[in-house]
Amino acid sequence: MSKYTVDERGYYGQFGGAYIPEMLYPNVEELRQNYLSIIESADFKKEFDLLLRTYVGRPTPLYFANRLSEKYKTKIYLKREDLCHTGAHKVNNTIGQILLAKRLGKQKIIAETGAGQHGVATATVCALMGMECIVYMGKVDMERQKPNVERMRILGTKVVPALSGSMTLKDATNEAMRHWINNPTDTHYIIGSVVGPHPYPDMVARFQSVISAEIKSQLQSEIGNPFPDYVFACVGGGSNAAGAFYHYLNDEHVTLVGVEAAGKGVDSGESAATTALGKIGVLHGSKMLLMQTLDGQVVEPHSISAGLDYPGIGPMHAHLFDVGRVKFVSATDDESMNAGIELSRHEGIIPAIESAHALAALKQFEFAEDDVVVVNLSGRGDKDLETYIRWGKY
Amino acid sequence: MKNRITELFSKKKDNLLNVYYTAGYPKLNDTIVIAKALEAGGADLIEIGIPFSDPVADGPTIQASNKVAIDNGMNVSLLLAQVRTIRKDVKIPIILMGYLNPVMQYGVEKFVKDASAAGVDGLILPDMPIHVYEEEFKELFHQHNLCNTFLISPTTSEERIRKIDHATHGFIYAVSSSSITGAKGEFTQGQLDYFKRLKDLKLNNPFMIGFGISNNASFKKAAAYSAGAIVGSAFITLLGEAKDLDSEIQAFVKSLKG
Repeated sequence: MSKYTVDERGYYGQFGGAYIPEMLYPNVEELRQNYLSIIESADFKKEFDLLLRTYVGRPTPLYFANRLSEKYKTKIYLKREDLCHTGAHKVNNTIGQILLAKRLGKQKIIAETGAGQHGVATATVCALMGMECIVYMGKVDMERQKPNVERMRILGTKVVPALSGSMTLKDATNEAMRHWINNPTDTHYIIGSVVGPHPYPDMVARFQSVISAEIKSQLQSEIGNPFPDYVFACVGGGSNAAGAFYHYLNDEHVTLVGVEAAGKGVDSGESAATTALGKIGVLHGSKMLLMQTLDGQVVEPHSISAGLDYPGIGPMHAHLFDVGRVKFVSATDDESMNAGIELSRHEGIIPAIESAHALAALKQFEFAEDDVVVVNLSGRGDKDLETYIRWGKY
Repeated sequence: MKNRITELFSKKKDNLLNVYYTAGYPKLNDTIVIAKALEAGGADLIEIGIPFSDPVADGPTIQASNKVAIDNGMNVSLLLAQVRTIRKDVKIPIILMGYLNPVMQYGVEKFVKDASAAGVDGLILPDMPIHVYEEEFKELFHQHNLCNTFLISPTTSEERIRKIDHATHGFIYAVSSSSITGAKGEFTQGQLDYFKRLKDLKLNNPFMIGFGISNNASFKKAAAYSAGAIVGSAFITLLGEAKDLDSEIQAFVKSLKG
């Protein structure tokens, strides 16, 4: 048990817990009582590992980015989560959760999605397992991310527009929770990030922790030392960062950097930089850091990247920020778009705009020449082509 | 110390009507008019909702009223000022219901103290975990003479119902179905069996049934098994359409109680 992982009551320091209406209690409690014994069972591990290897395409490469390293005068490695099936790390979690749902005897799956990556990853595993799937997506996001809506539909998923509130990710999450309240027995809710009531943040972090487990062994064989000097990852809700940091949390000599979306600037009023702008609060079932008004109403965030467009960060990251274990910085829309183009031109990799935020933060650090810097490249840029085109500066 | 909720339940055991509405809806200061009309019409308790941007346990009707109320400028301080005004005339118990976040931002201790001083008798914070209440707030609630209501639903186990009964002071809110708030048709046999099961548990606290109560028929059915019932969405719909709040509210309450 580490001081950075969840305690037995579901808290990370002052964050976490299960702040849910009673109607959700039986579902969440069933999950809490069973998740560890299931995911630690040999039979689960075997099936999970097999699918990660033969279906997702793991281990994903740890690639030494030669030209980018030259430019930054240090040693930059990219963890290629963008090469996962479906185009991002999200599928690590959906594979894990659907195997868990099967073992809990659930027949139906629901999920929320913002940009559509988690929705597609969920629709994919539901097709794989032959399970019925409904994905809630804000009406505004459905218009912004049409190709992903159609990908989900091709995979046989029903996409339901969230019409409440601001009609984006947080509202899609509310709608999925309402659906779960209305369908308490046969349905499992696959949350896509390290948010939600305990045990979700811990469960999702465990499924994503394969990322740092692989980085460790890949660095060991590559450079003879499993410990990099830095790990960079973008943070929306925080799932790819949770995975990239997980096995380094207790290795305090590894600097962990979480990069939030500053939008048009942290103080512009159009930002998603929660650690700079948020306060402790309760949303979607846990105590987290939350962007909100003085009255406690949740504020709508802004980022050019739909995947970082969430008004809070999950309890594990809130705690890591609070105790100073992870250094949180932010990158603006423009800085991130430029970083995306820079990676495209130097390495022939067009990154997701979420991941481009992690790359943009490299400029804020001074590295030594022999520093080993790992950037978690959480997703690929195919889904963002339209945003790149609209931005146009290339 | 006297509390209007415990006094009410000690005197009257059945057919109690609790009416929910969202503070600051449809207009910011309607909170006051509505409370007076409810008492005049014969409601036994008033439950005023603190609006929140993300009310996950609520259906479309109450969600929409929350949004209007927030846009109208409603917040906790303003609501407490309105309750002080309401208390100059209204004698029946007042309960505040709200999601935890706006209360947390106001400060839970300050909220409990100020609510009690304003004349509030009880709180319903549906997303507050029992252990948090027992460890951090129970003593505070008692000190300020506030009742605390927890929810139970058809999927709540008997063991947990007993635990909730133990943590509750005042009355238990029995949600009629596995659902979010909102008017629905007739109760099913399954729901009636659940009400009977609850009645037979002989809990320490009385319970009131809410969710899906919209008319005299559903009120009577729910009240047959419990201390009474709670009406929310149907009333919010009326508020949204009413031309004359006072007379229409009084007529609504009378028709509900029959």
